[in-house]
Amino acid sequence: MPTYFEKKQLVTPGELLAEGDYLPGENTYVEENKIYAQRIGLVDADNKRINMVALRAFYVPKVGDTVIGTITEVGFNGWTVDIKSPYNAMLRASDVLSRPFKPQNDELSTVLNTGDLIVAKIVSYDRAHDPQLTVGEPGLGKITRGQILNVMPTKIPRVIGRNGSMISMIKQETNCQIILGLNGMVLVTGKTVEDEERAINVIKKIEQESHISGLTDRITQLLKENKVNVEEP
Amino acid sequence: MNEKPVKLIDKKGVRLDGRKAVDLRPIKLQVGVLSNADGSAYIEHGKNKILAAAFGPREMHPKHLALADRMVLRCRYHMAPFSVQERKSPAPSRREVELSKVIRESLEPALFLELYPRTGVDVFVEVLQADGGTRCASITAAALAIADAGVPMRDLVVACAAGKVDDTIVLDLHDEEDKLGAADVPVAYMPSLDAITLLQMDGILTPVEFQKAVDMAMCGCKKIYEMQKEALKTKYMVVRDIKEKDEVEE
Repeated sequence: MPTYFEKKQLVTPGELLAEGDYLPGENTYVEENKIYAQRIGLVDADNKRINMVALRAFYVPKVGDTVIGTITEVGFNGWTVDIKSPYNAMLRASDVLSRPFKPQNDELSTVLNTGDLIVAKIVSYDRAHDPQLTVGEPGLGKITRGQILNVMPTKIPRVIGRNGSMISMIKQETNCQIILGLNGMVLVTGKTVEDEERAINVIKKIEQESHISGLTDRITQLLKENKVNVEEP
Repeated sequence: MNEKPVKLIDKKGVRLDGRKAVDLRPIKLQVGVLSNADGSAYIEHGKNKILAAAFGPREMHPKHLALADRMVLRCRYHMAPFSVQERKSPAPSRREVELSKVIRESLEPALFLELYPRTGVDVFVEVLQADGGTRCASITAAALAIADAGVPMRDLVVACAAGKVDDTIVLDLHDEEDKLGAADVPVAYMPSLDAITLLQMDGILTPVEFQKAVDMAMCGCKKIYEMQKEALKTKYMVVRDIKEKDEVEE
């Protein structure tokens, strides 16, 4: 039962990763008892499971995920939301309005219009149905201020860090509120635009360099350097 | 230009462009060249210059073309009006429609179509300069573009042709050999899975010659496959190299 890769090796689709008694993890597949890569990414073995962190991927909806989306269409009884995935999400009017929804009384575009950004949670999704969103929980709803940043959705776990260590460090050092949409959209809200810019630069750096070892150290350093720059002028 | 050379291969076995029978033309591959596409690739295969762009998976438009149980792959092969010596009309010709279908069908086995039902992936192949064997170069570039878009794949698809010129079986025919030669066998291939996804032939070959041509084309495919993998990795290695250099300097 050999494996054919080194830890954190960069592989391309179709590359043979392991043979025999191993389990296929994320971004891998089995054919004739052999495990191959599905995407370009970095391989890692976790016991018997071969896992891959993809460098290029798109967001696939999952129930319970918090996402950030753009309203693309106002319909008769709800909105169509672009959540940067292969499927458009639906947000029902009855979910947003606290009272019963009557199409003849309520003008939906006054509540949310095309181009508006929302933080929402996915409540249902399967192969046959488009994802359904809700904004009926604290912290969800229309975005009124801050800046939006797009990152590769597979990099979101790296921005969060182990047990949220990375994200809490960024929040603390930049005094920004950060909402991570698992679909790769990130909302950064700070007291000043400069604070926001700093947080954005750090997140961008994580996205670019997450596949190179020693990330945490570099980010810590970057945050410190930036802080000095802000205090000095 | 239209004069037929006496011989396409000289006594020493050297072809018109100086290659031996089993040599490929020089190939240059680049990934991620277009910023508006989800994935893209550029190939220079001899004098061929081809751009490929991939979009998706995304919602199908028009919606009625979406399939309830799987993803739809759409390909468009197009030659720029300036890609050949005599201006080519930009309207899709019969040949381009056929090649679009051929490219689509050679890429489909590499994708997990059943994974994302009701969606579509679009691949656009634009030939900027043509010099024989564009369908093969297009498949090679299109596979890279799809991989660059982050669409899960069983394997990269590589394509290469072999054929018969002046009674010799040769690899990777260029325009003149293609037009004046006896036969042309384009092969698309998934090397890690050892599976052929496209096999065509025009001209006449004996069964023995045919077998030899297919083997030769597959051998060429394997060489291009290595370059394909290299090109895909290079995009990320660049960031890594710069970073590591910085660290050494520090």
